[in-house]
Amino acid sequence: MKFGWHAKLAGALALVAIPFVVPVSGADDTIKIAYVDPLSGGGASIGEVGLKTFQFLADDLNAKGGALGRKFEIVAYDNKLNAQETLVQVQKAIDSGIRIITQGNGSAFAAAISDFVTKYNERNLGKEVIYFNYAAVDPVLTNDKCSFWHFRWDANSDQKMQALTNYMKDRKNIKKIYLINQDYSFGQAVRSAAVAMLKDKRPDVEIVGDEMHPLLKITDFAPYIAKIKASGADSVITGNWGQDFALLVKAAADAGLQTDWYTYYAGGTGGPTAIKQTGLNHRVFAVGEGIPNLGYGPADEFEKAIRAKYNFSLFYPRAVNEMRMLQAAIEKAKSTEPTKIGAALEGMKFNVYDGGEGMMRADDHQFIQPLYISSFGERSAKEPFDEESTGWGWKLAGKIEAANTVLPTTCKMSRPAS
Amino acid sequence: MSERAQTASAQRSSGGLLATAARYGIWVVLAALLLTLPRIFSSSFTFTMLSLMGISIIFALSYNMLLGQTGMLSFGHAVYYGLGGFLVVHAMNTVTKYSLPIPLPLMPLVGGVAGLFFGVVFGSVSTRRGGTAFAMISLGLGELVASSALILRSFFGGEEGITTNRTKLLRIFDWNFGSQIQIYYLIAFWCLVCVIAMYALTRTPFGRMCNAVRENFERAEFVGYNSQLVRFFAFCLSGFFAGIAGGLAAINFEIVNSGYVGAEQSGSVLLAAYIGGIGFFGGPIIGAILVTWLQVMLSDITEVWQLYFGLLFVGMVMFAPFGISGLLMMHAPLWRARVLWRLVPAYLLALAAGLVMLTGASLVIEMAYHLSTKAADGPMMSFMRVAFSVHSLLPWLMAAVLLIGGYFFFRSSWPYVEGAWHDALMKARERGSAV
Amino acid sequence: MLELVLVSTLNGVLYGMLLFLMASGLTLIFSMMGVLNFAHASFYMLGAFFGFQISQLVGFWPGLILAPILAGFIGALIERYGLRNVHRHGHVAELLFTFGLAFVIEEIVQMIWGKLPRDYRIPPSLDFSAFTIFSTNYPAYKMFMLLFAIGIFVALLLVLTRTRVGLIIQASLTHPHMVGMLGHNVPRIFMLVFGLGCALAAVAGVIAGPALVTQSNMAALLGPILFVVVVIGGLGSLSGAFIASLLIGLLQTFAVAVNLSISDIFGVFGIHTNPLPFLSDIWRVTVAQIAPIMPYLLLVLILVFRPTGLMGTRDT
Repeated sequence: MKFGWHAKLAGALALVAIPFVVPVSGADDTIKIAYVDPLSGGGASIGEVGLKTFQFLADDLNAKGGALGRKFEIVAYDNKLNAQETLVQVQKAIDSGIRIITQGNGSAFAAAISDFVTKYNERNLGKEVIYFNYAAVDPVLTNDKCSFWHFRWDANSDQKMQALTNYMKDRKNIKKIYLINQDYSFGQAVRSAAVAMLKDKRPDVEIVGDEMHPLLKITDFAPYIAKIKASGADSVITGNWGQDFALLVKAAADAGLQTDWYTYYAGGTGGPTAIKQTGLNHRVFAVGEGIPNLGYGPADEFEKAIRAKYNFSLFYPRAVNEMRMLQAAIEKAKSTEPTKIGAALEGMKFNVYDGGEGMMRADDHQFIQPLYISSFGERSAKEPFDEESTGWGWKLAGKIEAANTVLPTTCKMSRPAS
Repeated sequence: MSERAQTASAQRSSGGLLATAARYGIWVVLAALLLTLPRIFSSSFTFTMLSLMGISIIFALSYNMLLGQTGMLSFGHAVYYGLGGFLVVHAMNTVTKYSLPIPLPLMPLVGGVAGLFFGVVFGSVSTRRGGTAFAMISLGLGELVASSALILRSFFGGEEGITTNRTKLLRIFDWNFGSQIQIYYLIAFWCLVCVIAMYALTRTPFGRMCNAVRENFERAEFVGYNSQLVRFFAFCLSGFFAGIAGGLAAINFEIVNSGYVGAEQSGSVLLAAYIGGIGFFGGPIIGAILVTWLQVMLSDITEVWQLYFGLLFVGMVMFAPFGISGLLMMHAPLWRARVLWRLVPAYLLALAAGLVMLTGASLVIEMAYHLSTKAADGPMMSFMRVAFSVHSLLPWLMAAVLLIGGYFFFRSSWPYVEGAWHDALMKARERGSAV
Repeated sequence: MLELVLVSTLNGVLYGMLLFLMASGLTLIFSMMGVLNFAHASFYMLGAFFGFQISQLVGFWPGLILAPILAGFIGALIERYGLRNVHRHGHVAELLFTFGLAFVIEEIVQMIWGKLPRDYRIPPSLDFSAFTIFSTNYPAYKMFMLLFAIGIFVALLLVLTRTRVGLIIQASLTHPHMVGMLGHNVPRIFMLVFGLGCALAAVAGVIAGPALVTQSNMAALLGPILFVVVVIGGLGSLSGAFIASLLIGLLQTFAVAVNLSISDIFGVFGIHTNPLPFLSDIWRVTVAQIAPIMPYLLLVLILVFRPTGLMGTRDT
């Protein structure tokens, strides 16, 4: 067989491609943090925002010198919103030498990681791994299923409900409340906390409906809205997030339902767009550890910087706290050993992103911080930031001091012998 | 179908004693390979990966008992896999709670029995018909079980699932099964046992009956077989092995949740079996290994792994519809006639051209991805560890040259491949090999 | 009570019509070519994003025309250069082809429009409430969706049963060889049908996009429910798909409205203890909670007892 001219050219082209295959080694003295969240499929839009936020934070800290003179590096792992895959990816991260893991989307995956990391550390002494949870809010993670190796920076679902009900306590126009939540552990946690706390704080308020709907399966919320309407509710409490929130408020607006909305995740990706479409001006409230329009100088600076780089606002002030406290803990422990970082974090007090003091409670590794209730709608001069280019923005409605968000824990922490 | 059967029968008829030795020898070789793999690879992630592959192999083979052997397309095979997993976790927790003297290595059997049980229950309604009706019922059953898993909390544990601890069971040989390597040996053992059992099944009269039902169920009925019953038994047995795979997965992850019974799991086993090739017993094994590797590793290499995944399947279906094993078996007659080496130069040429084309294509994809979703990170990106700016013209030009040039050279290398094939085939015929 | 029944009926019909809009193209393709088009929902998504893009440039109404044509064209190309080659390898191969295609389309949509939801608006000319029942507003846009779906149903039915093209299509469905012998180009008919089916999916996307969320996961969300509609209705039966859509829409809507559980039913007879602790979940689950899985239950039951589907003439 003879090779023609095109065969020769093919060979030449293959040679051209060689530089692409030759590896280039890089410096490897960074503090690596494995970011394990969905980066493809249905949850990708949420996971991507988180990843960019963490990378932004790492760059920000690195610009200030990192920790112990070493830089932070975020390594992304795609868990595809699947518990098995989550554990495979965590294992992969550990096997490549990473010993700090962060994850937030989905309490189910958080529980899986926490359980895995705890077992792993038991079986692999001296190679411990630590897990930072920035958004999974199931209370059980810092109660019955608590672990020394799990730290949570988000207020848990009960604390958020505590904050919401504290705010609702003084709103005398609330007479009838309807609960609608997703039918899984988080939704269950929201509804049971709401029922218990409302009974305690506002015995005069009537709960006229208590709905659980399947998670991320509903395309048409009109039947649910019809039920809410028939119940005569004036306020709705929901923990819905993502499309379950967007479709819910859209269906409500379509049917002309006039109620106030008390939510956990109205600020989530796509939420502001949906609220703007419905025209519910300052009738949707959300609870969180921070909003853009608080007028706190350092936070405003940070907000401006992240908006200048990406086309989203800072959705995770808790991630800022997490990364800054990690840096502080490493400096304090003078080590990047997870066991020492964990010990340094326990009970650490920290000046949080939106001002005020927060504290990592040693009993259960739940971060205690001030919480804010805010409403979404038209802005005045005091609210410089809008959301998702809608023109509307968050306005402070009430602040709950850190001390008022403290709840008892059932956690019996077992600490590593040292 | 007939083409495939011919190749298979040709393969069987050739060689008597040698084939017998090869038939049993291959299992010994396989066992030895499974034992030595951990000595070759030492990183702990390799054990994780090998364990996943072992589970996936059992699952894919059990699936192929339906699709490949009996011609039943199922969209809900994860039901038996997942229910096997749940039963195993419940059994492990019960055993731990009452300190029963049952060691961990026997636990996958519980999964198998669970798979068998649910196979009998669901099979009795769904296997009355083959074809699309069976496919759609399996889809419906899959969705039903997956949704029920979120509603029936005390058994399925909601979306958080149920956890267990594999080290708390009765110990034998002082193994606590805490480390991944011990789990690897456990999975390798069960994998070998299941592969042998499933292979043996294809050699029994029952296995032949399944093939008959697949090829033409009406004729099978005329000959006197009850095709409905054959489908039912194949379904139950397939459920049994799927349950074992699910049980092993539960032991490996120490957690089961509703995802185990979900559509995604059902879809990936279909892909694995098909990519490997459903026409040969070994096909799903190859497919399971490849798909597992892709699922775990591809997302590290590129963020748009789904696109490559999709393109791979589209490409496979279009150009290699009999799967990887189909491609390999095409070469078997040439290998036996010892003329396979004649293809090497032409293949190398085509491979080089193909690689150039693929490099160009993935360069285009990666640059477009960077431009569209990572604009905020600046124009710099790296491809195969070479850094460049997507705003400059050169990389785009380069990608275009690689892609278009590669395509044309792949096209023009094809006549060489065909010519080489023809030559080799002629040579093989000259030597009197059955081609 | 009357209020809830009336409102639920209306909601059920609206939802059912939306389902029909999406399923009509699928039933056409499925019944004609026997292809389980897993990428059908992807064309629905493509329709929504094309519609969104065109509405940004020239407005909603041109989008309603242009987006389906574009999607249909892409569909026809895919049939011509992809699916047709796969056809001879059987239905599993075709199915896997569309399976892979769904991945590819989703990823490409993400690359072009990103992963975040896009702000696809209802046209201002339809942005008012049409009427009010028991203080519940019904937006004009939903009425438009309803009428549009019925219009499509009638038009398709007329084309299939009254025109020459429709008759050839129906004939090549049952007797492809005979139609081929008579001199018709069967592959081309298949290509046109596939393109038409994709265009119909895209129409559904253009219309549903503003009402639901236009996001890159909207295809996956819709998922297998479309197959359920098509199979329950009966293969090859447009009327069947229409009835099945309505049935599923009403079933789901009414299930949501009912807050009954098994324990409530037994409670009527004075039995209040739960007999088996292990089954406590089944005991407590309300009809509303299982509303979304009802279609699948219906699917299994129908296939077990009536494998041709509601209106089908052929075994599935």
